[in-house]
Amino acid sequence: MPADRSHNGDGAKKYVYYPGCSLKSTGLAYEESFLAVFQLLDLPFEELPDWNCCGATSYMDIEEDSAFVLAARNLSLAKSSGATDILAPCSACYLVLRKAEDYHRRYPVIREKVDAALKRARLEPLADNCPHVRHPLEVLYNDVGPERLRAKVSRRWEGGPIACYYGCQVVRPYGEVDNPVNPVRMEELLEAAGIPTIEYGLKTKCCGGSLTGTIHEVGLRLNYVLLKDAHRRGAQAVVTICPLCQFNLDVYQNEIRKDTWPSLDMPILYLTQVLGWVLGADFQALGLHRSVSGRKLIREWFSRKEEESYV
Amino acid sequence: MSDNGGAVRIGVYVCHCGTNIAGVVDCRAVAEYGATLPNVVISRDYKYMCSDPGQELIQQDVAAHKLNRVIVASCSPLLHEQTFRSAVAKAGLNPFYFHMVNLREHVSWVHESRTEATRKAQDLLRAAVRRVVFHRPLERHSVGIHPGVLVVGGGIAGIHAALTLANAGKKVYLVEREATIGGYMAKFDKTFPTLDCAACILTPKMSQVKSHPNITLWTYSEVAHVDGFVGNFTVKVLRKPRYVLEDLCSGCLQCVEACVYKQPKFSDEFNYGLGKRKPIYMPFPQATPPVVLIDPETCIQFKSGRCKQTCLQACDRQAISFEQKQFTEEIKVGAIILTTGAQPFDVSKTPYYGYGVYPNVYTSLEVERLVNASGPTGGELILRNGRKPQSVGIIHCVGSRDENTNRWCSRVCCMYSLKLAHLIKERSGAEVFNFYIDMRTPGKYFEEFYQRLLNEGVHFIRGRVAEVTDWVLDPSEEGKMVIRVEDTLIGTVRRIPVDMVVLSVGLEPHADAQEVRRLFNISCSTEGFFLERHPKLAPVETFTDGVFLAGCCQGPKDIPDTVAQAGAAAAEAMKLIDVGKVEMEPNTAYVVEEKCSGCRTCIPLCPYGAITFVHDRNVASINEALCKGCGTCVAACPSGSIKQNLFEDEEIFSEVEGLLQTV
Repeated sequence: MPADRSHNGDGAKKYVYYPGCSLKSTGLAYEESFLAVFQLLDLPFEELPDWNCCGATSYMDIEEDSAFVLAARNLSLAKSSGATDILAPCSACYLVLRKAEDYHRRYPVIREKVDAALKRARLEPLADNCPHVRHPLEVLYNDVGPERLRAKVSRRWEGGPIACYYGCQVVRPYGEVDNPVNPVRMEELLEAAGIPTIEYGLKTKCCGGSLTGTIHEVGLRLNYVLLKDAHRRGAQAVVTICPLCQFNLDVYQNEIRKDTWPSLDMPILYLTQVLGWVLGADFQALGLHRSVSGRKLIREWFSRKEEESYV
Repeated sequence: MSDNGGAVRIGVYVCHCGTNIAGVVDCRAVAEYGATLPNVVISRDYKYMCSDPGQELIQQDVAAHKLNRVIVASCSPLLHEQTFRSAVAKAGLNPFYFHMVNLREHVSWVHESRTEATRKAQDLLRAAVRRVVFHRPLERHSVGIHPGVLVVGGGIAGIHAALTLANAGKKVYLVEREATIGGYMAKFDKTFPTLDCAACILTPKMSQVKSHPNITLWTYSEVAHVDGFVGNFTVKVLRKPRYVLEDLCSGCLQCVEACVYKQPKFSDEFNYGLGKRKPIYMPFPQATPPVVLIDPETCIQFKSGRCKQTCLQACDRQAISFEQKQFTEEIKVGAIILTTGAQPFDVSKTPYYGYGVYPNVYTSLEVERLVNASGPTGGELILRNGRKPQSVGIIHCVGSRDENTNRWCSRVCCMYSLKLAHLIKERSGAEVFNFYIDMRTPGKYFEEFYQRLLNEGVHFIRGRVAEVTDWVLDPSEEGKMVIRVEDTLIGTVRRIPVDMVVLSVGLEPHADAQEVRRLFNISCSTEGFFLERHPKLAPVETFTDGVFLAGCCQGPKDIPDTVAQAGAAAAEAMKLIDVGKVEMEPNTAYVVEEKCSGCRTCIPLCPYGAITFVHDRNVASINEALCKGCGTCVAACPSGSIKQNLFEDEEIFSEVEGLLQTV
């Protein structure tokens, strides 16, 4: 991407954090751990003031123009705050905001509509310098990198091997966060931090998304497949970067237990939770107490053994 | 100023080309407009100007109306300029009093609005009417043709073309990049649909090439430079060192036996790494020429300089030479036939099919070697895990008919997939599943072969495969690969567990096709296959006179089509050579000596070395035989004393003025 779009003249990046609804509710542990990790890595940012719903993918399907304007309001607020980069940890938020950015740049028709609507709302039009929407995984990989991460690790990993699960939305279609077909950056970061990962072929397959709420059996089956294959390949936990993936895989395990897989009890964690732990953050600060499934393992893996576990 | 008396008398003929032009352009209106232009004596429109009646129309008018200029507004000069020049010549006019306007490629095929298209046609006609006034009578000169032919690429196309020419008594140079000729056909066990042994029909032709007195065979060699023009090409061929003297080696293989590596250790290119070879090796038993070569990447002597050189000692003919260097041969030929072939699709572009992830996913070419009696397993279908498969999935259209990879149909995959399905079933008794989009079997006995496979109990599932994976849903899938596909005939997603996956890869242009194309100065289509002069009527010629095409470099095709095309290319080359001379377009540059100041600016600029300096007259002089009519010197001459036939200043300027003039 052109450098002049992600920088504000002086070349320094200024991040602003867009939480979206999930990170303030079901994905609270994601927000807590994300904040902790970025603080430990000296990547300062503020939360976008007065942010609004991203519209998610469903609004985009129903009323595209309004959906773009809704998303663009956040971009405009970010621009006014002087930010160059918007961090959107939720996959749906990331995709919708990134699409709004992309379409605004590429299609004059959308650009005119969006900027006119922003002007009517007395907001700054995006014009030629829309801030760039980024996902924390890509920021961790590109702006920090495995080597710098390795240097910051202060605690040895005591847990088991991890399956890295990217979900469908983050890598496609933009491919900026990682390779769309076979993403590997989560694995690279975790391995650099001393956390073992497994080969997980289903890493970009669907978690069911909102199907778990609508056509429940179908959603449940997709969850089962993901968990079963992770287990079969020797993973003891799944790490995600999407609040909906985490929610689906975490909270329906009791139903899968009941129907097909009695012994299932697997921790479903956020990338920032496991990274935060090896970087030295506390159990509570990382929201580890909020997990529904795999609580026994979580307590085991993330207990403080100060003396021996410092690297 | 002109034939038929003094004044310029122009005849204008607007061609409908059926509906090709008339469908978009109002040809009558264009002809009527033509009649109003200065010097135009007669202006007509006609359905097919290129037809005999069309040409006769011109000839009659030349006589009846005393025409001395003729303009035909029709298709491209490439297609019919020659036709109309001949017609004009038959009417007794100098053929260069003819000028052509392109109403098809430049107007009707690229515009939709009838009004606008008609106006543009009128503008182009007006420009031509202004230009043709300044045309002068010109004479063609002819040059002799060198009787040799260069064939580039030693697959079945090159082999067949070379043998056809050589048997007709022509001198042929066959240049092949690899160490042996034979191409892909040499790797096949059987050929479809007859299931005859590929080696049995190919290797006799390979030996004929080697022993034919009229063929000079240069393997492990590449064309490095091509100069000249039709009938007179000068070609430099780079001969790479194989570190074995070709004239001395008898192919006894004692050196291979004696190599310090007791066992073959290195990935064998001919078998796609399924077998092993030593640093000194013969690519395959019937390699032609039967000469070994040394791979400096793996040979200890080349890597460390401290080998015991047991191969050298074992060779009683002293054929091994670690000091061999590459060198260049220069040859003169009259025609060139390109038979450089294509490459299989690179499966790393379809990672969802698991190649490289699951060891028992193979490309179709690898399977050709696996089922080949002279292959790494002696023709037994043994997988990388040492087992025989009980179920095999063949995925069609990998890298064909796919928006994300290659859009074209590779033409051979359906049929070779059927052949492989038959061979796999025959060799292993496995259940075989074909996953196809459409079965395309339009060839002699092809459909019958498809029916035969259906009767043999091979399964056919219609649908593009989504992925090859190994996540299991039930115990029957444990330890297998699962092919996930939407079966579009029953409308459901299916999971087919298999032990072996065959990816039926398509054909695509060679990675270096663009460099080869530039080397021989020919065109290619958007996807990169070399472009024939006309898709129907000049299928083996190129836009560069004297350069011909055959085989997969022009587009994917099977062996019968390749051989037919190679024969056609050989015939075209022979036609050229047997005529013995070629008429040159008189579009050459010439020096107006009275104006030439002798500054010599033009001399170093000429790419063809056609300009010399005449010291006693202090002027530049252009050799008409060498001039290619590029116009570089014309543009560069500071005194404007170099002119070019057919592109005189007054011709170009009046054409431009005519184009810009608004009426």
